[in-house]
Amino acid sequence: MSIDARAPSATPSRSHPSRRAPEGGSAGERTLNVFSHAFLVLWTVLALVPLLWAVLTAFKSDREIFTSPWSLPTEWHVENFVRAWTTANIGRYFLNSAIVVCAAVVLVMLLGAMVAYVLARYEFRGRDVIYYTFVAGMTFPIFLALVPLFFVVQNVGMLGTYHGLILVYTAYALPFTVFFLTSFFRTLPGALVEAAMLDGCSHAGAFFKIMLPLARPGMISVGILNFLGLWNQFLLPLVLMPDDDKYVLSQGLAVLAANQGYRSDWSALFAGLVIALLPVLAVYIAFQRRIQDGLNVGAMK
Amino acid sequence: MHYGKYRFVASFLAVPLLLYIVFVISPYAQAFYISMTDWSGFSADRNFIGLGNYAELLSDARFWRAMWHNIALLIVVPLVTLGIALFLATMTTVAGRRGMVGRGGVRGSRFYQVVFFFPHVVPLVIAGILFAFFYNPQAGLLNGMLRLVGFEWLTRPWLGDTTFALPAVMGVLIWVYVGFYYVVFSAAMKSLPTDVFEAAVLDGAGRFRTFVSLTVPMITDSIKTSYIYLGILMLDGFALLQVMLPDGGPDGSTEVVAQYLYRAAFTEGRFGYASAIGVMLCLVTLVLAIVVLRMGRRDRVEF
Repeated sequence: MSIDARAPSATPSRSHPSRRAPEGGSAGERTLNVFSHAFLVLWTVLALVPLLWAVLTAFKSDREIFTSPWSLPTEWHVENFVRAWTTANIGRYFLNSAIVVCAAVVLVMLLGAMVAYVLARYEFRGRDVIYYTFVAGMTFPIFLALVPLFFVVQNVGMLGTYHGLILVYTAYALPFTVFFLTSFFRTLPGALVEAAMLDGCSHAGAFFKIMLPLARPGMISVGILNFLGLWNQFLLPLVLMPDDDKYVLSQGLAVLAANQGYRSDWSALFAGLVIALLPVLAVYIAFQRRIQDGLNVGAMK
Repeated sequence: MHYGKYRFVASFLAVPLLLYIVFVISPYAQAFYISMTDWSGFSADRNFIGLGNYAELLSDARFWRAMWHNIALLIVVPLVTLGIALFLATMTTVAGRRGMVGRGGVRGSRFYQVVFFFPHVVPLVIAGILFAFFYNPQAGLLNGMLRLVGFEWLTRPWLGDTTFALPAVMGVLIWVYVGFYYVVFSAAMKSLPTDVFEAAVLDGAGRFRTFVSLTVPMITDSIKTSYIYLGILMLDGFALLQVMLPDGGPDGSTEVVAQYLYRAAFTEGRFGYASAIGVMLCLVTLVLAIVVLRMGRRDRVEF
């Protein structure tokens, strides 16, 4: 709640008089000022309250969740989190998600950077075809591919395996990664590479030793967006991970929520939600400036 | 030298391209063929039936009802979301300086960016579970809030009501996406040249007039791209609806095409039919993109 209270004081400069526009201070404008400010604060509250409410609820007892949804927990039930992690299997789902998402992000960043670098800095026949084939992958709805994808994964014997899901995640994150990194590699200076090649550095050596380190800001932005996107993924694991001991978090939580009707443990469910939110929250808070700068660059284009 | 270059290019492209072709291109290509078969399961037994599945789809009332739900999402959610996002972005970038576009907007706009964007990083499944409980008839915050302010008569089992279930889900989608487009529009507005705004203010244009006649026309491209992007997401809607209303809602009143496709494929085993639904979904997406891009192309403002 302390965050909400800060919002009004965060924009004190609204009503200072302007030399340029003496007519700006009319009663109508002032009403608009108050109204618009109220709206900013209102949306701040709307954005934060559901999440604060989820965190508070995660510490309540089941009975309390239903009898007093508004109050602070009378007792802070930390054991909800223990129960969620062990009994409700959130711990296992968390590990599954971590394994699959981390491996896929590392793989897609490596492969995506290789493709993007070659597309951005080398002339060869078929380059444009390859570039547009990747870009086209961003526009088709994933549902079109869903049925055949299931059988492709089954036919190569990777249904219900970590490596199967990792490869599929990587393949579907490639278009976005290639698209952004290609434009990023185009902005980097080529002189360094030419100098290194004259000194006998190989093509691959120039990429790994010079260009990849130079591309770090772009790599981090795209990597974070990929992490958030894949952590969020629900449809692909639903289809490709049928065994419940290999569920990823979003799948496990959805099943847990669907089962509340007859085997209810709401407090553990809310604790599970909070646990699942933590990595996303940590990444967002640590990198929010980079995420938004990445978006801003995208928006200017 | 040249030999080395091509070998290098090929070695860098081989693995990613193979992965992309196997898991992305080939499924998309196969979908069109499978949609013209009566394939219904795990046997190799599939017959080519041409456009048979499509003919069945055209007279499938359940499919059209699901499509109508998607179209409702497609019209309502982007309009409201982009409207709110534009409004908020104007408030924090343009409005704070009396019609001038400042570099950093008003003080505190950084704070708003961080907070408003936050719902967008919450995974949809988590948002779905959270809001399903928010709408819970007994313990939900919404009914609790309504009781608190004396609007007892407004309380209802939101997700169990055929009229209100879909709008309730729309509310969640708007909550999730406003922040993302707020950041996009803020960036677009900050990149606008300041001199036209100064001229408008000197000519006595009010804030509302400046917004309608200057800001909106100058960021039209940004708004259109946003509409397409959000529209494509609304043609999906699977994750949130599957979590909030797993069985298509009360009397199927919220079932979307993606859920129908999923059911046709993985519950009923009608893989050919499901693929035809996927192709239709893809066509609608393309039509959407073309319509939006062509809309009002003539009023484009150059600056």
